[in-house]
Amino acid sequence: MLKFETVTKRYPESGEVLRDVSFHLEKGEIAFLTGHSGAGKSTLLKLIAVMERCTRGKIWLDGQDLSGAKASQLPYFRRKMGFIYQDYKLLQNRTVYDNIALPLVIAGLGHHEISRKVKAALDKVSLSGKERKYPIALSGGEQQRVGIARALVNKPPLIIADEPTGNLDPELAMEIMRLFASFQQVGVTVLIASHDISLITKMNHRVLKLDHGQLVSG
Amino acid sequence: MKRRRQTREVNYIQPIKQEMRQTIRVGGSFKDRLIVCYLAHIQALLDSLLRLAESRFNSIMTIAVLSITISLASGFQLLVNNLKQFNVSLQDSSQISLFLKDGVSEARANKVAEEIRHNDAIQQVNIISKEQGLKEFKTYSGFGDAINVLKSNPLPIVIQVFPKSNLDKDQLENLVQEFQQSVDIDLAQMDMLWVERLQSMMAVANDSLHLLDTLLGIAVLFIAGNTIRLEMQTRRDEIIIAKLVGATDGFIQRPFLYTGFWMGFIAGIVAWFTVTVMMAILWQSVEPLAQLYGGEFHLIFFDFLDTFKLIFLSAALGVFGSWLVLCYQLRYTIPE
Repeated sequence: MLKFETVTKRYPESGEVLRDVSFHLEKGEIAFLTGHSGAGKSTLLKLIAVMERCTRGKIWLDGQDLSGAKASQLPYFRRKMGFIYQDYKLLQNRTVYDNIALPLVIAGLGHHEISRKVKAALDKVSLSGKERKYPIALSGGEQQRVGIARALVNKPPLIIADEPTGNLDPELAMEIMRLFASFQQVGVTVLIASHDISLITKMNHRVLKLDHGQLVSG
Repeated sequence: MKRRRQTREVNYIQPIKQEMRQTIRVGGSFKDRLIVCYLAHIQALLDSLLRLAESRFNSIMTIAVLSITISLASGFQLLVNNLKQFNVSLQDSSQISLFLKDGVSEARANKVAEEIRHNDAIQQVNIISKEQGLKEFKTYSGFGDAINVLKSNPLPIVIQVFPKSNLDKDQLENLVQEFQQSVDIDLAQMDMLWVERLQSMMAVANDSLHLLDTLLGIAVLFIAGNTIRLEMQTRRDEIIIAKLVGATDGFIQRPFLYTGFWMGFIAGIVAWFTVTVMMAILWQSVEPLAQLYGGEFHLIFFDFLDTFKLIFLSAALGVFGSWLVLCYQLRYTIPE
């Protein structure tokens, strides 16, 4: 599903942040991405979102060359991925409903279909009944779940999560992890960047460990 | 090498094209998609207007600057259009005055006039008799009382000749020469010089106007563009989020382009009112001058087509200015 082939990213000011990183995530696989801060996790995630281009190597998404894609094709690639961020990245001036509906609106879906899908996504993250609230009125954990609902509303084959449980209590974090695990059954690939060692050990999934820009395990 | 690149492109372009088609197809039938697209545009149109209303102070400032700029451009245009009337009326009324010699009798004058009337280049001939001339002079010169003192009428008989309007400058001058050679005519006069001066002044004014319009048009582009740039900065997070969930540049640009449209559109309307009010004020002082021209001069306001052109052009400039900035800025709007 997601394949890195000797990917290197060099910044003019800070040198090589990622060096010859290679891994392959199969369809329906769940993996953790871990490493000290500055190890290159964020850069790796940016390369997947094609917010940055790699200096060398190739990234494949579902058999298509992501690293060589034209700018005009990127939006269609990004629709195959759901991103979850530690800082949620929600639109503060829009309701929970509008936030979750955004990927569907962008994809050009009809009103009824959007409504149905948003309700299903809200249900999945246990936020039913909060669709009219604004993000500011929600707790950190709830905002995170809105972010998760937005990532999965379009049923993308790949979900990328950057510290998705950083602001959640252990119980809720576990629940979210179970939710991710449930995606596995429908063939969704999940890559979770996380520091939470205890959670990672508990979940018993594949771990990709970055150290100074190099993949040391996984 | 070239062949290899082609194969590589085929590998990923084919599936992504399918993907694009699928994504488009999600909305259902063609009619459904059309409705969704139509609603999205209506929503963006209304949203951007609402946004302008929300940031009222900023919007008023921008629209004020835009409308002053547009008023300047269209106001000058209107002024020059008005002045062109003088030019046209002067061209139409190029007339030659033939002052007959003192001893020429009325009967002789009629005969001369009759001969001139037969000339193909002449449209109309009038005779102003000595008495008629004196009467007109008394009325219009302001020397009425002084003339009353005179015992005899010092004015010659004048024949007014109106050449056909299709004659050019050389033909007119030849005509004057011809008249001058006649034994009965003391002086044949055609004052072309100031008409020529006025014409060349109008040409200069016209050229300056085009340059000014171009400059002010560019100013409108920059003002609209800069406003959109600031708007993009305040909505940076929104743009990045939209990008991350797969928005195309077109989708992201849409609300900003509508903002540009509204700014230009409203500024165009405001400029129309400004210029109209200014022309109405100016009319107060122009009216007495116009009466001197015997009512041939009328103040021209914007007609329907001019109004449409003004508002359409300013809206188009608003959209174009926004689009230029969007194309440039979107490329550099990426998350930190």
